[in-house]
Amino acid sequence: MNGGHGRDPAAIGPRAWFDEDAGPLVRPYAMTGGRTRGSEHELNIITLVLTVAVPSDVALEWERDEILRLCRTPKSVAEVAAALDLPLTVVKVLLSDLIDRGYIVSRSPVLARHLQNASFLQVVLDGIEQL
Amino acid sequence: MALNSSDAVAGPGVGQQSTKILIAGGFGVGKTTLVETISEITPLRTEEVLTAIGADVDDLTGVERKGSTTVALDFGRITVSSDVIVYLFGTPGQDRFWFMWDELANGALGAVVLADTRRLDACFPAVDFFERRGIPFVLAVNCFDGAERYDPEEIRGAADLDPLVPVILCDVRQRESCKTVLINLLKYLIRLSTATELARNGQPVGA
Repeated sequence: MNGGHGRDPAAIGPRAWFDEDAGPLVRPYAMTGGRTRGSEHELNIITLVLTVAVPSDVALEWERDEILRLCRTPKSVAEVAAALDLPLTVVKVLLSDLIDRGYIVSRSPVLARHLQNASFLQVVLDGIEQL
Repeated sequence: MALNSSDAVAGPGVGQQSTKILIAGGFGVGKTTLVETISEITPLRTEEVLTAIGADVDDLTGVERKGSTTVALDFGRITVSSDVIVYLFGTPGQDRFWFMWDELANGALGAVVLADTRRLDACFPAVDFFERRGIPFVLAVNCFDGAERYDPEEIRGAADLDPLVPVILCDVRQRESCKTVLINLLKYLIRLSTATELARNGQPVGA
């Protein structure tokens, strides 16, 4: 991971094309077949994803394989991205694909209108108090 | 491979649901340390490559309006019950990444604004941001070694905060202290929720 540094477009000069940081940027999008958007799945940074099936008859690329292995317990999209060291946008496309193929299921974050629900808030408070 | 896929609501699916709390404040104020101290996992870092800027963004000061940029987010996780996972996100400290905040803030439970009394003004942009968007927050003053201790009320005055917003002195290196900050935030959210509920039912708030 480059730690988020060195890709400031304002700082990129004429040599940008030869910057080694260009590599990882190109490959992820090649990995997603050039797509920057998944299908219809609304994947948020904290949407939880869980592996529900692993293909026995199809060989998956390393990244997809790794996602299925990682998500045997629920993980957020952000955790998957961090573990694979890939940008969130790329991981969302990979996950959407795995959802389409039935290997992964997702669950959206708590809806905004429920965030003000006192009993929900109490559950969170109790959990924090017990840490 | 006949599977029930994409069943995000019922059936064989993810049993837990997620929510998030934002940790904001000036650069170097201890946001990542707070996440590190309280998180059940080693804090992770993820990157969002942004190629376009949303239409309704109004905080573009210092943001380059062209090309793509990469925003790094540090985050941790707390499983608060068998059903609920809370993610803690440290917001990017650099002003030029502000346009990222809208997406981060969307759907957040609330926020902790971390402040350092040696440079209190560094937290003002975060305070403004949450006030304008109506996102509830507490102000947590990280008491660095050697930092002059202040009265929370003095800090409230200096930051021109609403009298209801909790101001807490903390040490982000101490787990109990971080817990206290989050507990204060949740209690504040519950008070707000109760007040909203009472107002909706036509009863006098605070009666």
